[in-house]
Amino acid sequence: MNKGEISPKNEVQHDGQTLEINVGPQHPSTHGVFRMNMVLDGETVVSLKPVMGYLHRNHEQIAENMSYAASMPYTDRLDYFNSMSNNFGWSLAVEKLAAIEVPERAQYIRVIMAELTRIVNHVSVIGFLLNDLGAFFTPVLYAFREREKILDLFEEVSGARMMCNYFRFGGIKYDVPQSVLERIREIVDKFPKFLDEFETLLTKNEILCMRCQNVGVLPAELAVNASITGPMLRASGVNYDIRKVDKYSIYDRFNFKVPLGKKGDVYDRYYVRVLEIRESLKILDQALKEIKPGEIMNKKMVPFLKSPRNFKPPVGEAYGRVEAPKGELGFYVVSDGTPQPWRYHVRAPSFINLTILEDLCLGHKLADAIVILGSVDIVLGEVDH
Amino acid sequence: MKTEEIKALIEKALPGVKLKLVRESLLVENAADLPRVAKCLKEDPALKFDYLSSVTGADYLTYLESVYHLYSMEKKAGSIVLRARTDRANPRLPSLVPIYRGAEYQEREAYDLYGIVYENHPDMRRIFMWDSFEGWPMRKDYEQEDSETLEAADVEWLEKRGVKVSDADRAKAEELRKTGKRAVAQKPTGSPEA
Repeated sequence: MNKGEISPKNEVQHDGQTLEINVGPQHPSTHGVFRMNMVLDGETVVSLKPVMGYLHRNHEQIAENMSYAASMPYTDRLDYFNSMSNNFGWSLAVEKLAAIEVPERAQYIRVIMAELTRIVNHVSVIGFLLNDLGAFFTPVLYAFREREKILDLFEEVSGARMMCNYFRFGGIKYDVPQSVLERIREIVDKFPKFLDEFETLLTKNEILCMRCQNVGVLPAELAVNASITGPMLRASGVNYDIRKVDKYSIYDRFNFKVPLGKKGDVYDRYYVRVLEIRESLKILDQALKEIKPGEIMNKKMVPFLKSPRNFKPPVGEAYGRVEAPKGELGFYVVSDGTPQPWRYHVRAPSFINLTILEDLCLGHKLADAIVILGSVDIVLGEVDH
Repeated sequence: MKTEEIKALIEKALPGVKLKLVRESLLVENAADLPRVAKCLKEDPALKFDYLSSVTGADYLTYLESVYHLYSMEKKAGSIVLRARTDRANPRLPSLVPIYRGAEYQEREAYDLYGIVYENHPDMRRIFMWDSFEGWPMRKDYEQEDSETLEAADVEWLEKRGVKVSDADRAKAEELRKTGKRAVAQKPTGSPEA
């Protein structure tokens, strides 16, 4: 059996000038049980090794031992901030595998839920980033006030605030009543006002600008080569949004822009997220105008709601990917014709986005490394899967 | 561009490389050619697959496989799926990190869960499990230890620290020791309702 082959890269040479410290796993600024093994020269980062796996539960093996539908609530626990997007990715992969069509109303509701999730994620991430900058809990509580309104909606449609388990193969679990659509409309109408207020507080704030501009610069070429996705990639100026590229679900019907950054520093990552919220609001506005009454489940798939183990996709494989708030969330699934998937793999965006964490932090101060990690936007449920 | 066209293009550019179509994807028959194929896919002006989306392993009982999903960010096109196979006893594949930095953590993950050693990887260590962990958890024949049942070593460890072990537990541990078996958890088969 092969033992772990330790390469010389991990052995740090101490010459008496440097200090090796561990940030985490129990540290408020690591956003969960994540550890950064850092070597500092004074306060400057000389080396940084991310250590993960504290929350590892072999998500993939759990899914390979149960039916396709039973994995749906487990995907909620990947990126527990954005359960709706995770559901979206998993249902898309299985629908691709078994060639299942989704009725129009369900598509609209899916898009509405996914975009609300994006707003929830981005607004909280900005809050947490400010936490890391030292603006302790004022921005994050403003953000959470708005987030809570959207979570209330999720609770009303799915029964749970965060672990929604709302999507089904070929549709969604419950229809959205008109009263909820009206409340979504109310939120969409009021949100820009909140966002303007939030921005007045932050965007031109001198402390935020000084701490974030030119910190953790990610060049576009490295970003592409290191498979970075999501707002992080777009902050580096690469125009790649899977909603535009793959046009999955019904994203080709909406008119929206892909905001891009110029430099790829922490500030750009912050500002791209603000702009993405505004674009999401545009999509929501159009979706709420266009949504019509109709079916919410593919009729062929309705019997499998009560007997999921009778659902046996044909032998084959599929890779379904969505633009989750943190980046490209992909599900690779191989079917052998039994009720359980033979192979189930999650391409977790925040795990892969950590690849270049060391490159971003080298040469910066310890306090900046914390901010850079905050701007990467990780959730440990997804990193460790 | 269709997979067949890409296959023809690579075979023309790299004579001697054997490719086979498997489920709409390209199987690189001689795994040592994998970096050459990937480089060609990345640099050929007609293809420009500059973005390696996903790398993962898979266990097919007689062999292990590594699957690569590539897209082109420049051309906004895709995808092409590459596979390479290796034997289970000594699984070794060339690493794609020199070409795609994005493979770094994903190859470590595949090594951690399947035991596929990616040669030429700058930092081939386990990523989720601890370094002293033995076994490859995602392989189909992996037997998980039953954490509820005490083994002889556990009984000894506990008693050394003054913890009382019930007679039933001790008898069971002794029985396991005699038969030379380890306490193995039953594999979940999935309940009929699940």
